[in-house]
Amino acid sequence: METKIAFGGPKSLSGKEFTYCPGCHHGIVHRLIAEIIDELGIQGKTIMVAPVGCSVFAYEFFDVDGTVAPHGRALAVATGMKRALPDRVVFTYQGDGDLAAIGTAETVHAANRGEKLTTIFINNAVYGMTGGQMAPTTLLGQKTTTTPYGRRAKNDGYPVHISEMLSTMVGVAYLERVTVSTPQDIRNAKKAIRKAFLAQIKNIGFGLVEVLSTCPTNWGMSPVEAQRWLLENMTKEFPLKVFVDKVGD
Amino acid sequence: MKTEKLMMKGNEAIAEAAIRAGCRLYFGYPITPQSEIAEYMSRRLPEVDGTFLQTESEVATVNMVYGAASTGKRVMTSTSSPGFSLMQEGVSYIAGAELPCVFVNVVRGGPGLGDIQPAQSDYFQATKGGGHGDYKLLVLAPSTIQEAVELTQLAFDLADKYRNPALILADGMIGQMMEPVELPPMRDLSTLPDHSDWALTGANEREPHKVTSFNIDPYGLEEMNKRYQEKYTRAVREEQRWEEYKTDNAEYLLVGYGTVGRILKSVVDKLAEEGIATGVFRPISLWPFPYTRLRELAEAVKFVFTVEMSSGQMVEDVRLGVEGRVPVHFYGRMGGVVPTPDEICSAFKKLL
Repeated sequence: METKIAFGGPKSLSGKEFTYCPGCHHGIVHRLIAEIIDELGIQGKTIMVAPVGCSVFAYEFFDVDGTVAPHGRALAVATGMKRALPDRVVFTYQGDGDLAAIGTAETVHAANRGEKLTTIFINNAVYGMTGGQMAPTTLLGQKTTTTPYGRRAKNDGYPVHISEMLSTMVGVAYLERVTVSTPQDIRNAKKAIRKAFLAQIKNIGFGLVEVLSTCPTNWGMSPVEAQRWLLENMTKEFPLKVFVDKVGD
Repeated sequence: MKTEKLMMKGNEAIAEAAIRAGCRLYFGYPITPQSEIAEYMSRRLPEVDGTFLQTESEVATVNMVYGAASTGKRVMTSTSSPGFSLMQEGVSYIAGAELPCVFVNVVRGGPGLGDIQPAQSDYFQATKGGGHGDYKLLVLAPSTIQEAVELTQLAFDLADKYRNPALILADGMIGQMMEPVELPPMRDLSTLPDHSDWALTGANEREPHKVTSFNIDPYGLEEMNKRYQEKYTRAVREEQRWEEYKTDNAEYLLVGYGTVGRILKSVVDKLAEEGIATGVFRPISLWPFPYTRLRELAEAVKFVFTVEMSSGQMVEDVRLGVEGRVPVHFYGRMGGVVPTPDEICSAFKKLL
């Protein structure tokens, strides 16, 4: 009898077992990126830059050339690569601490230069790998290991809205905030990631997708509770929205 | 070999030498006294299909260098003391990821904001590991503009040979001074070393390459460190460079590098007129430091006299080299003050 493969993982994932916790969204987002790389047929010309954070091993999970940048500097490293090899596809995968705290300057300036790069920005409102400290995107009142009384604006300032900040920059070609909490959200997130890659491939400018994500471990919730908390709280502070779309359909 | 003789400022000569060595990528942030390197690159690189990018900071710069170097292409940046301090995290990552690239630090007076005058107070940072971890830079110190040209070219070759960052440690004097130089011909890019076995270029019909300084397993990381150390041991064996001036019958040995090394030649000539036989030992490779030859020379003199534009940094390596065979004395000026031959002569004569 002839057998046919009816379903499998994307080619652009290496098959290495993920190191992520149950209920964490990194796995879903990794898969979506790999599917897009497969569908666009760019696996052989893609280079990825992993960050410092829970996704520090991401360069091992994707079956493409890759490196891991110093904390916050993924977009500087990616800029160097892309300027050296303008016909390759270069993407960064970064968390909120990496992209929106220590790497804010690199993020803003790569976007402002309109670097032909793609960034997937995982916003889960907490520092995951170091054990649940306050992130720049932590919500007001949210308890973390360094905001044990809840984040207070008077002491800690306000949640940083990266997509809103970058939306004013002319160099940005695609910018959307999505989530992957429901099957519908996942389908929409995949479309956004595709466009953020096309912004680069079509040489239009910088593409970034902010993905509101769960961290059940550090939020102290079950995966199901974390999904609910994200939809009820994070989407209020960080509305899901297409901010910039110069890619078209 | 076709060469051209031109009158050039040190900073511009270094930039042109880098282009002629096959460097087509430059990332940099302005800082005195080396901004002419960036300015020259911004004008010159587009003429040779290269890329110049003015960055938002030295922190971004060093990481762009990391990214560009990971593709296997020749890349450089230049900065001055506070800027190189900012780059140290990235320099450590680049050494750990074993990426070839060239840094230029045109040293100015410090610490802190300091001033913009020539100094040698970044020797420790350059040679003893300015960033974290067990790594070394290949450090070369020119004393003339011609030598700056030659060492810039050598720096690219050594960086490729050892897959390790190389550093030109100049000072504001070398950067700003004008001298006639002979420039080498343009390197044919097709003759540059082949890095296709590790470079990140897209895994087209091959296994993906991974370039990192990372290994979560301590035994694995120790193995990586052993590999670095083997390279450094080889460099110590093969890359010690120095110049000697009138050391043959010298009774006293003067030691200095860069701008001071050049001033010391005038000092030796002045002292010779007074019948005092001295010679100069000028380290060219600051790492690896030329301990071996220094030790041989020290055995034949009454004492060693080290002069630096610092509070005394290289003198520690001189003492390590001399191993107590003869006394090692020191004279230094700080804060960007360049000592005159007369000052050095009188400091020396006080020791007689």
